[in-house]
Amino acid sequence: MFDISMQALAAQLLVGLINGCFYAMLSMGLAIIFGLLNIINFAHGAQFMVAAFLAWIGFAQLPLLLGPEFKVNFWAALVLAPLLVGGLGILLEKTLLKRLYHLDHLYGLLLTFGVALVLEGAFRHFYGISGVSYDPPALLQGGVDLGFMFLPVYRGFVVVASLLICVVTWYLFEKTRLGALLRAGTENPKLLQAFGVNIPLMITLTYGFGVALAGIAGVMAAPLMQINPLMGSNLLNIVFAVVVIGGLGSILGAIATGLALGLLEGLTKVFYPEASTVVVFVIMALVLLLRPAGMFGKEK
Amino acid sequence: MQFKQLSVCLAACAALAAHAQVSDDVVKIGVLNDLSGIYSDLSGQGSVTAARLAIEEMGGKVLGKPVELVFADHQNKPDVAANLARGWFDQGKVDMVTDFPTASTALAVMEIAKQKNRIVMPSSGLATAILGEKCTPLTAQWTTNTYALAAGTARALVKEGKKNWYFITADYTFGHSLEKDATEVIKADGGTVVGSSRHPFPGGDFSSFLLKAQASKADVIALANAGNDTVNAIKQANEYGITRKQIVAPLLTYISDVHSIGLDKAQGMYLSEAFYWDFDERSRAWSKKFFEKQKRMPTAAQAGVYSATLNYLRAVQAAGTDEAKAVMAQLRKMTIDDAVIRNGKLREDGALVHDMLLLQVKAPSESKAPWDYYKVKTVLKGADVYPPISPACHIGQ
Repeated sequence: MFDISMQALAAQLLVGLINGCFYAMLSMGLAIIFGLLNIINFAHGAQFMVAAFLAWIGFAQLPLLLGPEFKVNFWAALVLAPLLVGGLGILLEKTLLKRLYHLDHLYGLLLTFGVALVLEGAFRHFYGISGVSYDPPALLQGGVDLGFMFLPVYRGFVVVASLLICVVTWYLFEKTRLGALLRAGTENPKLLQAFGVNIPLMITLTYGFGVALAGIAGVMAAPLMQINPLMGSNLLNIVFAVVVIGGLGSILGAIATGLALGLLEGLTKVFYPEASTVVVFVIMALVLLLRPAGMFGKEK
Repeated sequence: MQFKQLSVCLAACAALAAHAQVSDDVVKIGVLNDLSGIYSDLSGQGSVTAARLAIEEMGGKVLGKPVELVFADHQNKPDVAANLARGWFDQGKVDMVTDFPTASTALAVMEIAKQKNRIVMPSSGLATAILGEKCTPLTAQWTTNTYALAAGTARALVKEGKKNWYFITADYTFGHSLEKDATEVIKADGGTVVGSSRHPFPGGDFSSFLLKAQASKADVIALANAGNDTVNAIKQANEYGITRKQIVAPLLTYISDVHSIGLDKAQGMYLSEAFYWDFDERSRAWSKKFFEKQKRMPTAAQAGVYSATLNYLRAVQAAGTDEAKAVMAQLRKMTIDDAVIRNGKLREDGALVHDMLLLQVKAPSESKAPWDYYKVKTVLKGADVYPPISPACHIGQ
């Protein structure tokens, strides 16, 4: 069991880090939304999936419908798909979610869960369950030999890009005036509104931003896995565990926990792969027992 | 006196025979499969279309009685399947149920069908467990099974000198069964298994398993999984450059999987199938009919539903009754030969032993038309790839 070479270990840790980046990006969006809206966004996985499909539709279907000049390449999709998905998120917030803020968490959870099922069902109806395939952009194809492993360039890009997005988001929320307002809104929205801040608008835009983060992750995931209607819901279970471990509503917690659990999962796959999906939930149970507010959360 | 007895007997026998001919004045086929979940592309609505084509081919009637079709979504859950089938048998007048993309659902329904004297013909339910301890005399595993699929691919590759194998296996019954069956064949033919990894189901990211497989330096990386797991594993094997040095061999691949992976990534792969639409004139003619209705080429599972339904109806016709035991006896007497299945003989344990195809995925440049995906390498004789009758199956005891 312990005859694993250092090379193999390094390779597995790197692979774990790549997965951790996705956990971090997705759980960060969830944490932001929960922090300000008190909504547990169960539609997050479906929104991730929709963005991946939009990237593919722009690349493969639009040119057939409208002509070759409408082909949306990966880089354009990386901007456009999150904007579109974020826009749809804003529409959802404006029409449905905002009616639920005065009710229990459970209602928001049920609504977003329903939205997720509707989205998955709709995409399954039109594209089937096997899904479609999307290639990395030409610039990022191929790989480099790191000595201990062959690293596809695209995976390297995913690590760098998602760490960058995490840092920028963290900075935005923790170090800027806008972030201070958002955090104040989490703490005491009524008082902040009395100071003349447009709280409803702030909430709407925050939801849109959280969903757009899921969108970015979706487009980045598109070349790595088969795009299919269930790609998001498969990931979402783990991401929720990450959020709970990190502490609901904590951005730094979401990022750190996402990366750490990715690495831990990678390690488990080296020593005992059968446990790799369970390990995250074991940690979640332990954290809930010992620190119910999560590793980075504050007790209220 | 004697004459009177005889005539009473004659009248009674005639009445019995007329009664037993077709129960409820209708022959009813049930397609039970996954209409909305992960196996809906390989079975799903396409299987319903396939069954409908078989009924049309018989003119919608058998023994002068109408043939009807019902279908339902078992959601891959044995309890749901059992409830649906029970309702079909008790109130719905259903005589035969087919498809079952998850073998556990087939096993659940087989037990009920045995009590109710109805026939079960799994087409996409492939586990050899159906032929083992839980076998029943009223079951016909029509299209193929995990052993025949694994044997075809494994034997061909070992014969080419690819002797060292590594398995990436889905961690549930089906995956284990596929790995076990393939391992048996590989060892029997002089190959070795150098390692294996079990991945959670469903998988998503296969990087770490692929890296282990790569490090093992095995000649062949066998994928003992199905559907999206297979598709993702192949896609990621390409990404890590594995396919350039090692052979990736999926042990269960439907044409719907290759369609969604794309030829550029799947090219060169060996696989076994019970059916390929472009095999010969008859398979093409039937598949064309299917395509017109479904806008996709049939998977082997869907084609198998057609063949099962067609031969069931032929057997009812020939037996002169839809009584389950008589129909099964008739099916065992027949040589199965249609657009889908060739040289088929239904064995006592419920395995339909027939010719299988060893296929290789074409390169994009070799593919001349949509769905032109495979080269047929060899036709494998049923006797060479089907497992021997399991000693655990005690039919008639």
